[in-house]
Amino acid sequence: MIGVTARYFAVFREQVGQDTETLSTDAATAGELFAEIATRHGFADSMARCKIAINDELAGWEEELTDGDVILFFPPVAGG
Amino acid sequence: MTFEIIEKPIDVTELIQTLRDDSAGACASFEGWVRNTNEGQDVTSLEYEAHGPLAVSEGEAILAEALERFELLAAMSCHRVGHLEIGDCAVWVGVSAPHRGAAFEGCRYIIDQLKQRLPIWKKEYYRDGHSDWINCVTGKTLDDA
Repeated sequence: MIGVTARYFAVFREQVGQDTETLSTDAATAGELFAEIATRHGFADSMARCKIAINDELAGWEEELTDGDVILFFPPVAGG
Repeated sequence: MTFEIIEKPIDVTELIQTLRDDSAGACASFEGWVRNTNEGQDVTSLEYEAHGPLAVSEGEAILAEALERFELLAAMSCHRVGHLEIGDCAVWVGVSAPHRGAAFEGCRYIIDQLKQRLPIWKKEYYRDGHSDWINCVTGKTLDDA
């Protein structure tokens, strides 16, 4: 089990009720963590339309997590 | 080539000057404005939220792609964040090029990519008092503005 910090943006932040939380997780990859968090907080957007960043860099779903990582959860974007 | 996230109103006149080049025969720009309706609902204002550092790095990557793909001399863009009113300019893209074809195509490429890729989120506030995050399932369905 590793410890990570999760940061939530826009609709995700509102659904979670806070912008940051510290977590202990068995998730090995970004995708596994997203699935775990989405289930816990009831995120309804499909993973395919969301993005994740690790330590301020966009990451692939298969990227492995390390103890102490800061994980950013991005809902579907709507710039412009 | 610069991409910026800004909190104050976008000064289009000033930005256009950054594209000046004596070998430019064309300048194309795009402004995205806040509209008072969306999918049949009366919009009263918008809120934009961004992850600043990643929005800037992704925006600059898009400008670099456009400079590589099209025959452009300069490319600039900025996106506002915070609370915006109807008619405000939310996003601006400008390019200069020797000829108009590359200018139109490069400008179009940049705004299309910005809308798909920037970590920016839009919340619409409606006349009836409710609000929605655009493109999110808990909000409304796809926005093709």
